[in-house]
Amino acid sequence: MSFDVNEYYSKLNGGDVLMAFKGNISSELISNVLEVVESRMDDFSEHSKIRKKVYNVLVESLQNLYHHIETLPEEMHKEFDSKFGILVVSRVEDKYKISTGNFITQDKVDILKNKIDKINSMGKEELKDMYKFILNHQRLSEKGGGGLGLVDIARKTGNQLDYTFEKFDNTYYFFNLDVYIDIA
Amino acid sequence: MEALSIEGTAKTPSVKFDGQEGVIEIKGRSIPENSIEFYKPLVEWLEEYSSTPLDLTQVNVQLEYFNTSSSKCILDVFKKLEAIHKGKSEVIINWYYEEDDEDMLEAGEDYESIIRVPFKMIEIVE
Repeated sequence: MSFDVNEYYSKLNGGDVLMAFKGNISSELISNVLEVVESRMDDFSEHSKIRKKVYNVLVESLQNLYHHIETLPEEMHKEFDSKFGILVVSRVEDKYKISTGNFITQDKVDILKNKIDKINSMGKEELKDMYKFILNHQRLSEKGGGGLGLVDIARKTGNQLDYTFEKFDNTYYFFNLDVYIDIA
Repeated sequence: MEALSIEGTAKTPSVKFDGQEGVIEIKGRSIPENSIEFYKPLVEWLEEYSSTPLDLTQVNVQLEYFNTSSSKCILDVFKKLEAIHKGKSEVIINWYYEEDDEDMLEAGEDYESIIRVPFKMIEIVE
């Protein structure tokens, strides 16, 4: 049986949710989400240090989606927008949680998995060196992606990147990424 | 040469490059999805300025947020400044960060370790 994206989204969309979205990931959507989350955090009168961290990590998470999202084929459009992605920002106990999800083609699963495992195995100093190396040596793609997003998220949160890859059909996997920002 | 002045938006910083005064300022948020387009005129302006720079160029960078797409373009701006500093002109980069914003301080230190221009880290206390 293939992975049920909607069920997964419903499960995420519980608890103290600041923002939940599923659908087309566009530049306008990103602007709107940032505005909403920023104003919700103002309501919580969250400490500026935490507010900035959440905002920064949210920008990278959303723009990672934006830069890497697959354009889905016609036959999937009945159920999903062509640039389909999900985003849920919630507050769980002493953490903010940013969950993103998107389809990726099977051939990219191992590359992405290896990249995240490598990042997760690194300490603060190693991540800093990796960030600086990529910053100084890798060119931006035409869309403006720099390959730095996940490294930056890991550096800023100091937490492991939690992920799963769920098989959807013979071409696509659904990639879920959970990022945690400690409040204390 | 003509000054470069760009108003800030929700995703892009305000820019004031003044060749007469030798003062270069970038302030606000820099979080566009694709930063190449935004930073192109800045790099081009510096390219032109580098042919006749003042004896001292003061650079003020005061960013509230910047994304990783911008981080590479900011490095390109700094590389232009490094080239000016390598010549006879002096360049100083003032990197502002808000009190408690360790991430922004660390980001400034990353650039300081890559770019051969003197940096001054300035904490903004409210």
